Amino acid sequence: MKETILLTKHMRENLEDSHLIDSYEKNNGYFTAKKTLLESSPEKILEEIKASNIRGRGGAGFPTGVKWGFLAEDEDRYLVINADESEPGTFKDRILLERDPHQLIEGMIITCFSANIKEAFIYIRGEYAKPARRVQQAVEQAYQKGYLGKNIFGSEIDLDIVVHLGAGAYICGEETALLNSLEGRRGEPRLKPPYFPAVKGLYMKPTLVNNVETISSVPWIIENGGEEYNKLGVEGSTGTRIFSLSGHINNPGNYEIEMGSSFGEFVETLGGGIRNNKKVKAYIPGGASAPWFRGDQLDIKMTIDDVANNNSMLGSGAVVMMDEDTNLVSAAKSIVSFFAHESCGQCTPCREGTTWLEMILDRIASGRGRTSDINLLLDVCDNISPGLSWPPKMTTICPLGPSAVSPITSLMNDFRDEVESLIPTKVFL
Amino acid sequence: MSWDDKLLKQAKKIIKLYPQKRSAIGPLLHLAQSKDGYISDDSIAVISELVGITEVQVKSVSTFYSMYKQEPTGKYLLSVCKSISCEINNSSEVINKVQEFTGLNNNETDEEKLFTFEAVECIGACGGAPAVQVNYETVEGVTSENAVNLCKWLKETKPEVVVADEMQENFGGIKSFDWAIQDSSGATSTAPGFQTLKTTKVKK
Repeated sequence: MKETILLTKHMRENLEDSHLIDSYEKNNGYFTAKKTLLESSPEKILEEIKASNIRGRGGAGFPTGVKWGFLAEDEDRYLVINADESEPGTFKDRILLERDPHQLIEGMIITCFSANIKEAFIYIRGEYAKPARRVQQAVEQAYQKGYLGKNIFGSEIDLDIVVHLGAGAYICGEETALLNSLEGRRGEPRLKPPYFPAVKGLYMKPTLVNNVETISSVPWIIENGGEEYNKLGVEGSTGTRIFSLSGHINNPGNYEIEMGSSFGEFVETLGGGIRNNKKVKAYIPGGASAPWFRGDQLDIKMTIDDVANNNSMLGSGAVVMMDEDTNLVSAAKSIVSFFAHESCGQCTPCREGTTWLEMILDRIASGRGRTSDINLLLDVCDNISPGLSWPPKMTTICPLGPSAVSPITSLMNDFRDEVESLIPTKVFL
Repeated sequence: MSWDDKLLKQAKKIIKLYPQKRSAIGPLLHLAQSKDGYISDDSIAVISELVGITEVQVKSVSTFYSMYKQEPTGKYLLSVCKSISCEINNSSEVINKVQEFTGLNNNETDEEKLFTFEAVECIGACGGAPAVQVNYETVEGVTSENAVNLCKWLKETKPEVVVADEMQENFGGIKSFDWAIQDSSGATSTAPGFQTLKTTKVKK
């Protein structure tokens, strides 16, 4: 198994200075944006994106062309790049921001041309200070060259980009919470409907919210054509995707691959296998929100649909391997603690439920569990996500609450013995 | 108002970047954090006046986000990651050793105002687990021993600028990816080392 290098080409070939505009331009950077603005039309660009069948790389996997098509008419429209990468296990946007910020800016120029947008924002999580500095430097360089600002590339088109730093709230990766945050409010998700960003987004104006990796893919798609992109990967999961591999793995890292091979092959070849030749007990296929797979499910294909058909999600492309020695209750507790900490507090089932789940799991993990705790856990989960099905039903505004349920249903479905073994009194109701 | 002219000028420049003033609250709070090491009542008042919303509204925003500290921080904010990839790679040991060395519980600051310690959620360095940030500059692949050495080094040399590359070279290990680009930039306070600087606006 090999990588297919599109998005990470420039950074790999120009290790020391891939973040600088001179290096980017030497390798045909901004050529596609320039050509687009001077020769193409917004409709043609949208057609190419639709033909590429690219689906959003942030987690939800929504078709990008369709999203762009939904954008309502208005004099003021905005593009917001979601660089609030905070899903545990994920570090793929970080490399794109740190090492190839101009590719993102070029993608934004083309996107804004297609959607007739004159003002764009890059919302970067606050903990990504270094990536933010690189992006800011790149934006400044692009302004100096006349690639941003007024009459860019000598065309009639204006575009401003502002780099905006978040302040440590995972929930701001949820698009409507992100917009609230960018408006200078608490990062609480908005109700959909009516607040679909494409209609009532930033400042209640139509807004495109796209992930870093999605928009970084745009220059390649436009340069080579949507049809070419569509040939990569498999139907429903076209193109390449950067997977972040971590956990008990010999070669953790970001890997750009075409979707379609199995997790097992990925882990054995590019990942170099599990550390110390251990076996896989469980793994997370798409970030902390995703239900786990067992070690005997490594033949599942890495596509959005295959993973969904197996009752989980490819999410943000974060694969976390857990070996046979892993204490899965502690692992689940870590994930539940994460969601308890990051709950915005708007919806009661999530605010109260995640906290209770954390306390009960902590009790079990430290050997103080009660025989009734397993049913109690499931009961709390059921209040957050009725029926514990996948995709989850929700009693909350956004999917954060149900995400905390994922590791617990995984534990209960596949590793119940391990949970029970930690409870001192072995009488189960 | 007790922000000096330089800071106020910077604040007004930031406000101009946005279609609506209120959007500047986030970056202004970072500015306040970099000035005092926390969000003082005084800064809340200044921001409220600059942006034109009530102090309570500014406060309600500032208390929502974990990076705006409500209490004064030390010179160095030590953030040890405890999320899943770090957790299964022994981050708890790193946390224990750092706590032992600094004598601090979660979210506490020592008397000399040198260190503030916090165990934090995912900082996007999962491939280099366990990972640590000092003033939001990331060090990856940190063993518990090296985490303590890092603290010792900070205590002894008290660098004015905290540089990720330097810390990584001396105290880091496995990385999430090749950092490739040499970088001597860093942070000078417990606010992220980032300022919206020269972006020139054409509209409005």
